[in-house]
Amino acid sequence: MKSFHFSNLTNLRCIAYCSVLSLPPPMDQQQQQSAIQGAKVLMVGAGGIGCELLKTLALSGFHDIHIIDMDTIEVSNLNRQFLFRRSHVGQSKAKVARDAVLRFRPHINIRSYHANVKNPEFDVDFFKQFDVVLNGLDNLDARRHVNRLCLAADVPLVESGTTGFLGQVTVHVKGKTECYECQTKPTPKTYPVCTITSTPTKFVHCIVWAKELLFAKLFGDKNQDNDLNVRANKAASSSKETEDVFERADDEDIEQYGRKIYDHVFGYNIEAALSNEETWKNRRRPRPIYSKDVLPESLTQKNGSTQNCSATDGDDSTTVSAMPLLGLKNPQELWGLTQNSLVFIEALKLFFAKRKKEIGHLTFDKDDQLAVEFVTAAANIRAESFGIPLHSLFEAKGIAGNIVHAVATTNAIVAGLIVIEAIKVLKKDADKYRMTYCLEHPSRKMLLMPVEPFEPNPSCYVCSKTPLVLEINTQKSKLRDLVDKIVKAKLGMNLPLIMHGASLLYEVGDDLDDIMVANYNANLEKSLSELPSPVINGSILTVEDLQQELSCKINVKHREEFDEEKEPEGMVLSGWTQSPATNGESASTSNNESAVDVTESSSGPEIASKKRKLSETQPENHKRETENVESEDDDDLVEIENPMTVSKKKRVA
Amino acid sequence: MKKNSLDKEVLLSRFSRLNLRMDGEELTEQETALYDRQIRVWGANAQRRLTKSHILVSGIKGTVAEFCKNIVLAGVGSVTLMDDSLVNEEALNANFLIPPDENAYRGKTVAEICCDSLKDFNPMVLVSVEKGDLSARSTEFFEKFDVVVIGYGSLATKKAVNEKCRKLSKRVAFYTVDCRDSCGEIFVDLQDYKYTKKKLEEKVECELNFPSFQEAVSVPWKPIPRRTAKLYFAMRVIEVFEENEGRKHGECSLLDLPTVLEIKKKLCEANTVSESHVPDSLLERLITGTIEFPPACAIVGGILAQEVIKAVSGKGEPLKNFFYYDAQDGKGVMENISNSFTS
Repeated sequence: MKSFHFSNLTNLRCIAYCSVLSLPPPMDQQQQQSAIQGAKVLMVGAGGIGCELLKTLALSGFHDIHIIDMDTIEVSNLNRQFLFRRSHVGQSKAKVARDAVLRFRPHINIRSYHANVKNPEFDVDFFKQFDVVLNGLDNLDARRHVNRLCLAADVPLVESGTTGFLGQVTVHVKGKTECYECQTKPTPKTYPVCTITSTPTKFVHCIVWAKELLFAKLFGDKNQDNDLNVRANKAASSSKETEDVFERADDEDIEQYGRKIYDHVFGYNIEAALSNEETWKNRRRPRPIYSKDVLPESLTQKNGSTQNCSATDGDDSTTVSAMPLLGLKNPQELWGLTQNSLVFIEALKLFFAKRKKEIGHLTFDKDDQLAVEFVTAAANIRAESFGIPLHSLFEAKGIAGNIVHAVATTNAIVAGLIVIEAIKVLKKDADKYRMTYCLEHPSRKMLLMPVEPFEPNPSCYVCSKTPLVLEINTQKSKLRDLVDKIVKAKLGMNLPLIMHGASLLYEVGDDLDDIMVANYNANLEKSLSELPSPVINGSILTVEDLQQELSCKINVKHREEFDEEKEPEGMVLSGWTQSPATNGESASTSNNESAVDVTESSSGPEIASKKRKLSETQPENHKRETENVESEDDDDLVEIENPMTVSKKKRVA
Repeated sequence: MKKNSLDKEVLLSRFSRLNLRMDGEELTEQETALYDRQIRVWGANAQRRLTKSHILVSGIKGTVAEFCKNIVLAGVGSVTLMDDSLVNEEALNANFLIPPDENAYRGKTVAEICCDSLKDFNPMVLVSVEKGDLSARSTEFFEKFDVVVIGYGSLATKKAVNEKCRKLSKRVAFYTVDCRDSCGEIFVDLQDYKYTKKKLEEKVECELNFPSFQEAVSVPWKPIPRRTAKLYFAMRVIEVFEENEGRKHGECSLLDLPTVLEIKKKLCEANTVSESHVPDSLLERLITGTIEFPPACAIVGGILAQEVIKAVSGKGEPLKNFFYYDAQDGKGVMENISNSFTS
């Protein structure tokens, strides 16, 4: 089979490419071409941006590309991840992307890894082999991780993100520009426990309740703590009583059980909550809802679905669905209270009738139709009770699954921008590096807006080694709290190590012996001041992640009291300031970042911890809706302000 | 009033073959699942309108290949491709729709090969080939379509087709696109266009009046604001050059520079502007950069697809009326150029 060799096009391409950087002709053409041809590129992510990026890199003459992606292909990817076909559903994205591109560029080298970029195999040495790293990720966690590895390996990083019609591309070169974390990025939204359990005001609160509490309680791990029956007034019913409600005897009629649960969570629990006058002084009172008032006495005859219904049509768990049984076809339709209640009972019945084995092990999955139906119905009934507007299944699914709305065009545009920056990086053309914003509405006539990158933030704890300050009650807070809330969550360390002076307080690793592990586990349960090397006011901790090669110093300051509302975690980390460039104007640039970081698709809005200590982690400077409620009338999900209005910035060169 | 699109007979046979719903009302379950993520961007109504739209595309190189990929993924009703040039080595540049197997593409036209590849991206979209010369088509021919896109067209063709589209009682959206080196130009003509826009919680009805292609490229240069993208002027020079010399897109080289500069001089004089109005370096780039730069193709093809999607769905403010991209400064700008400058 004769195939065309692209080396023949080299000269033509040289002519074209040299003018990108307005280089003087001939000599540098060859230089540039060899820069591209000699480049070894790492792509992280083979999804929306990844497919477009791999294609454009291949067409542009790159021929040594490595690509990491841990995901497999789903149907909902196919509207934009054009390298994939229906027949590929379930297969590795990285692998299929590679195969597809090789079909139109057979002679380039593409190495695919079906793995998580956070795996230890992708250490600093791995990153060092590349000339540039290109991210096409969809979550903050992985981005921070890659950022640290690129800094440690001293490899330039081109970052990107898209949401709907919005997109951006940024360049990060150690020592020359900001690193990805120089400006704090908003972390996924969390809600206070009491809002979820007792005083919801928005639909998303109802979704979180339905998903994290009710669904988890009914179908999830029984051993997990669950706040479903936690009430402000703890003097109410004992936990034993409520345990009985949720337990279902083997021979208990499923529909009866369902109605019992319904009445308990939507009726009895609400009445109990109402008994606490204090809560409702300035709030709208919810109304209790009982099944007998909404549904006919028995549903069995109505729709023919019975407890003993046999699986004649060979249902597998993914196709079992309540909607068709109730004559509901359109996921965009708004259901009323009755319909939601019918779906609630029917879905619950189907779980017990057809998916009994999974009960006790289920977690919510947005692609689990029955789970989505159940959560939608439950959230809607709760919303009805609290006077919150109801939502369609389509909308509810988007919120519960934290679905990012996405189209092919934005990804294609961003991919083009990434390759352009990558070429500049390979040419070390630092003056030409740009951050580029892809806007939905023109700003000063621009739909694509390039901005010069900023200098590194001198107080960025990631790239500039600033010590941090932690205010904490050293007598009450345990090491575990420090590890979970600060080291892992706030500092984004994956495999942390904590030292106090010469004393190793905690570490994670495969090579630890049992005695050490036991020792560390014991330390976790101790309060800071009780640790073998007591951590008290004035202590300095060193916190490291060896994989990310990140090391931070934390100055500990003891504080007795913390405001439950404003500082629900019982500790405050500070010490790094916003980059001077964005001080006061972070509404603009941060909005750009955060608009794009709405591509968070990890686990969606959730309760930050099971305890009664949560915070709303909204950046101080701007309010932003992160709910993915997209009604048809919305043109804009996020408003971007013109980053050019930022008055003073320290630019690169 | 809009007239019926494709011939009903043809429609019926095609649809039944592809198992599509007939009444065009609700989206099928398959469509809802496939288009879920984009429905969350523009809504189900917009998606419905997309699935009923018919797009004509003439002139396929890298940028137009990108555009076609995007609209096929978006789920338009049909895409009709026109490009009778035979596939050769040069056609492979920046066009990922053509597999590099000479045995497969020998003797076939660019449109034919791209048609096969595009069908693959979304079996629900009807992709077909129309042979022949676009400029020779009658006015009625264009009535079948909701959108006409001319890639890399000659000045004469662009004018003629735009005129025909404007003659029809049905509003046919008209676009041109041209990419050279690492620059691109998009032109939009939606005639009298009504759309809805969201303004502070309220839905506002808006109307825009687009100048014809003829008017847009004949606007006197002097009153055009100083900061207007230089590419506008440069492209007008190139248009004249290609028409005078009978050249197609890309049929030029550095040797033509003196001729091009001469044309520029004449145009500047005729418009009473100084020659610095159009940088020589830009013109040089455009005639030496005969092949497209793939990242620019992705960008311009993406913007063009977004515009077509907006026009078909009637949702969102359309670009009026030129878009320019230049990888050298990294800007993608909208320029509104019409005779209103002189009034």
